[in-house]
Amino acid sequence: MTQQAMPDDAAAVPPTPAPPSDTTKTRPPAGASILREMLESSWLVSLLAIVAALVLGGVLIAAADPEVQEAATYFFARPSDFFQAVWNAVFGAYSALFQGAVINFQAPDLQRALRPLTETMTVSTPLILAGLGLGIGFRAGLFNIGAQGQIILGGIFAGFIGFTFSLPPGLHLLLAVLGAALGGAIWASIAGVLKARTGAHEVIVTIMLNNIAVYLVAYLLTTPAFQRPGSSNPISPPIPSSATFPLLLGEGFRLHLGFVLALLVAVGVWWLMERSTLGFRFRAVGENPHAARTAGISVAWVTVWVMAIAGALAGLGGAAQVLGTEKVLTAGVAASFGFDAITVALLGRSRPLGTVLAGLLFGALRAGGFAMQARTGTPIDIVLVVQSLIVLFIAAPPLVRAIFRLPTPGGPTRAERHAARRRAKAATTTTTTQEVGA
Amino acid sequence: MKRATQVTALAAVAALALAACGAAPEDDETTGGGDDTAGGNSDFSACMVSDAGGFDDQSFNQAGFEGLEQAKTELGITATEVESSADTDYAPNIDNLVQQGCNLVIGVGFLLEDPIQAAAEANPDTNFALIDSSFSDADFNPVEIDNAKPILFNTAEAAFLAGYLAAGMSETGTVATFGGIQIPSVAIFMDGFVDGVAKYNEDNGTEVKTLGWDKEAQTGSFTGDFENQANGQNLAQGFIDQGADIIMPVAGPVGLGAAAAAQSGGAKIIWVDSDGFLTTEYGDIIITSVMKQIGPAVFDTVSESVDGNFTNEPYVGTLENEGVGLAPFHDFEDQVPAELQDMLAQYQEQIIAGDLVVESTNTP
Repeated sequence: MTQQAMPDDAAAVPPTPAPPSDTTKTRPPAGASILREMLESSWLVSLLAIVAALVLGGVLIAAADPEVQEAATYFFARPSDFFQAVWNAVFGAYSALFQGAVINFQAPDLQRALRPLTETMTVSTPLILAGLGLGIGFRAGLFNIGAQGQIILGGIFAGFIGFTFSLPPGLHLLLAVLGAALGGAIWASIAGVLKARTGAHEVIVTIMLNNIAVYLVAYLLTTPAFQRPGSSNPISPPIPSSATFPLLLGEGFRLHLGFVLALLVAVGVWWLMERSTLGFRFRAVGENPHAARTAGISVAWVTVWVMAIAGALAGLGGAAQVLGTEKVLTAGVAASFGFDAITVALLGRSRPLGTVLAGLLFGALRAGGFAMQARTGTPIDIVLVVQSLIVLFIAAPPLVRAIFRLPTPGGPTRAERHAARRRAKAATTTTTTQEVGA
Repeated sequence: MKRATQVTALAAVAALALAACGAAPEDDETTGGGDDTAGGNSDFSACMVSDAGGFDDQSFNQAGFEGLEQAKTELGITATEVESSADTDYAPNIDNLVQQGCNLVIGVGFLLEDPIQAAAEANPDTNFALIDSSFSDADFNPVEIDNAKPILFNTAEAAFLAGYLAAGMSETGTVATFGGIQIPSVAIFMDGFVDGVAKYNEDNGTEVKTLGWDKEAQTGSFTGDFENQANGQNLAQGFIDQGADIIMPVAGPVGLGAAAAAQSGGAKIIWVDSDGFLTTEYGDIIITSVMKQIGPAVFDTVSESVDGNFTNEPYVGTLENEGVGLAPFHDFEDQVPAELQDMLAQYQEQIIAGDLVVESTNTP
């Protein structure tokens, strides 16, 4: 009942373990170079990856549809039925997805018509926050897989402060939010310190910490301090209104101040990475840790700081869930946001604006997925498949280029290739002539 | 290699083409075929939201799903089932179902309590039902909601009989029980089981021990989830090593691990939720099952709503209304002594009559 979605997304991009450092004096570790390749692929590739994933998702929707399956049995007798069924299934599912994520044309009133868009923003909030944190890590060369655990820890801290103490509104919320950031930061710093001190690979450590966090929250929810009085169900008391994010658009919508917080954090991250000395050091270590060390930057120090900041942001994502969207702490309050956030950060190429847009896209897929399942019976797993396919395509830019026949960046353009072929041909001809002549 | 690929591809295409050669159905058959199944209540829409376990959990989500499917075929209603993949999916799923015009929305599991309650308060024209939990207000006092019906099960009553039976059937004088996660809907089985064993000891002057659950302290053995069968196997093996010869796992599919351990260790199993003789492959070692009839309860709730008789009165499954009960002994029919069967029948009557109350702090 409380199972966590396993990191399918993470599994799709297995990071290559860094070879021993003595062989890599001249080049950065292999893990970092894979990261760099993904981050440096063009916007076009990201966009085309989404398109390709949606097309493949459409094929699966059609294949899973009972009417399509039935029409396929008499395809040669009446093919029109088959194509009609395919069109109905795919168009029906994607139009429900769109109406569940952006605007509902069939709504009885304006509020209901606009609600889907606000749902998308609500769902995207933890994705954006955690994705921003992960993006900082990626740009500093750290493959942090631990956002899931960091969100959970943020949720635990935020929830505990929220439902245990009774404080004036505002102050209570502020404390709970800061607590969440601290909780996430502490959890991520464990991986940061271990990496800086012992060289333990952050991928392994953060994955382990994810599991520990899952069991930690499950354990805490069996203790009376985290349960509702008079009940032993593993669900916390609701968060009082003094510690919840205020609703932005009133009762009819779930959208809360956490979304604004996410946007502000995005601006903050942009300033940090592009304008501050700290961010410059982060990027320098990400570009080339050996050069950075030579230039006098402490790589160990940067590692710990990057992880702590990434964890704090993921912790804020946990706060957005517990203090905003759900208003309660359960074992599954983090859903699979921590793993989805990895994809969000990669799709957004670890830039703040990109991460916000990618977070909104994933929020839309998730919010629309509910409507798609409710209206057309299309399994919500299709949404997970589409998300995973996006990762797959992002992780393999050459595949996307091959599908859409794009030129390789840095490689010869078509005109150059043409010229090269002509030169080669001319050279062969010359040789032949010479041979004949001799 | 390349040739093999080509041949395989050709074969696959041929197979697909052959499969596509069926005759097209007549036009009148394709239109509106779904309405002939029954009743013509297709304008009544009953909807269900699973918890994060999904409808294929071989446990209570699946039981609820089957109840709704039964209502669909027998009553001819429109049924929509949506799965949740995480705790965060409940509220949006419920909201979408309400928006698309469901007349009755059923939530499966206590985790859906808050979202169902919020949706019921916000949508007074839609009816709701919640399996395995009731509603409470901000101060944690029980509260009734006009358009929401809790569906609960007093499984302690049936588990009491199972405990009595286990104590009577044990040759080693030691029986055991364990749970998946310590939640009231699991612990209530264990409470009843412990009481049943105690009653047998009281009646017969025996000292049959129960491992795995201390009713007074409300502490005992749990595997930690409803998925990992290896944990169930280890725990059951531990009980067998301590001399237990009858084990009741209250852990959904994790019980299958316990059954595997029991099979190799010469012990017997008492299954829970469904009749394990029919639903598992361990029928030959399952003495009986403590059945929790979620499916029929869902069917009845839908059926009442279709007839316009929906009430917010909680449905509580008991021995009396057959919402809970012991499954038949099947292979063990001849091995359960006649006097033990008589005693079980007698206690069943006493419980139904209210003369014997199985008490549990986890009673709904």
